[in-house]
Amino acid sequence: MYAKLFVSFWKIGAFTIGGGYVMIPLMEQEIVDRRKWLSREEFLDYLSLSQAMPGVFAVNMATCIGRRLGGFRGVVAAVAGNIMMPVALILMLAVFFRYFRDNVVVERIFMGLRPAVVALIAAPVFRMAKSAKVCWSNCWIPVVAALLIWLLGVSPVWVILAAIAGGLLYGFVAERHKKEGGSL
Amino acid sequence: MIFLKLFWMFLKIGIFTFGGGYSMVALIQNEVVEKEGWMTAQEFTDILAISQMTPGPVGINTATYAGYTAVVNMGLPVWQGVVGSLLASFAVILLPVVAMMIVYGYLSRRKGNPLVDKMLQVLRLTVVGLIAAAALLLLTRESFGIPGLNLQFITSILIFAAVFYFSLRHRTNPIILILASGLVGLVVYSL
Repeated sequence: MYAKLFVSFWKIGAFTIGGGYVMIPLMEQEIVDRRKWLSREEFLDYLSLSQAMPGVFAVNMATCIGRRLGGFRGVVAAVAGNIMMPVALILMLAVFFRYFRDNVVVERIFMGLRPAVVALIAAPVFRMAKSAKVCWSNCWIPVVAALLIWLLGVSPVWVILAAIAGGLLYGFVAERHKKEGGSL
Repeated sequence: MIFLKLFWMFLKIGIFTFGGGYSMVALIQNEVVEKEGWMTAQEFTDILAISQMTPGPVGINTATYAGYTAVVNMGLPVWQGVVGSLLASFAVILLPVVAMMIVYGYLSRRKGNPLVDKMLQVLRLTVVGLIAAAALLLLTRESFGIPGLNLQFITSILIFAAVFYFSLRHRTNPIILILASGLVGLVVYSL
């Protein structure tokens, strides 16, 4: 069982380029269709839990499924399998890229792709804005968060803590309001 | 002690990552570039390029690579860089994995808590701003060239616009976009 968990997540980690959400279809195919470890409903439950919790989505998924199938050791097998290849590959590249960085051809290629990388960070902002349901009444939240970090140099950690506190307060007040409204 | 600092930093980054890999990238960028100055924005952009082109979650890849670069940039030997990168990768997943194991039993039964839902809603909105800030901070002269009518700046803006469009409208695979941009760079700057 541990070996199978390791191999399955090794495959998921090693063959998905582009990270997180690209893994979902492959994961679903491997875990639901091929291994039949989870029903599709369970898989979707874990999916939403993994998205809500802190951390990297794929690793959270590996933790959930590892835990469900093999307890603590299952978690270790699934998570280790998931990140082993990517970490090893990146390490190799990190060590060797330093020697090629000053090469003229490499430098020209990187001059071309750097703006692309920044665009690839900017595009998800708009995609995520859509799924977070940004509208006129709440768009001040992302705008203020971005300005605090970008212009005032506030640490994102504080911004996130403030969002958690503010969100809980908002939820608390909204619940209270609903209950009082119901009793009237 | 660099390793202790690295470990603590990536523990923090792991537990404050909400809403996927790009928010982790934003946190790493803020710590290693803005706060500590362990590498330049340009170096970080290069790391990000390679992290997006190799398999695995972008957040973990960036953590692994940034951990290595931070140590080696201090003039320490390669093997210590390897230790640093493994430490960063381990630290960044440690707390989320522990947290996940704790809530696993709870939430699978009791889903849809209205209080938690509201909090997540606000958090998701905030993360949009967080990633926007990271993108804005990466718009540097080193990566785009000096603003004006020169070859590098104009090429950079065109590449940025094209990649942005294809990524947003057509969800084109990021690797294809990065490789194509690299090729454009090679051709344009070799002329």
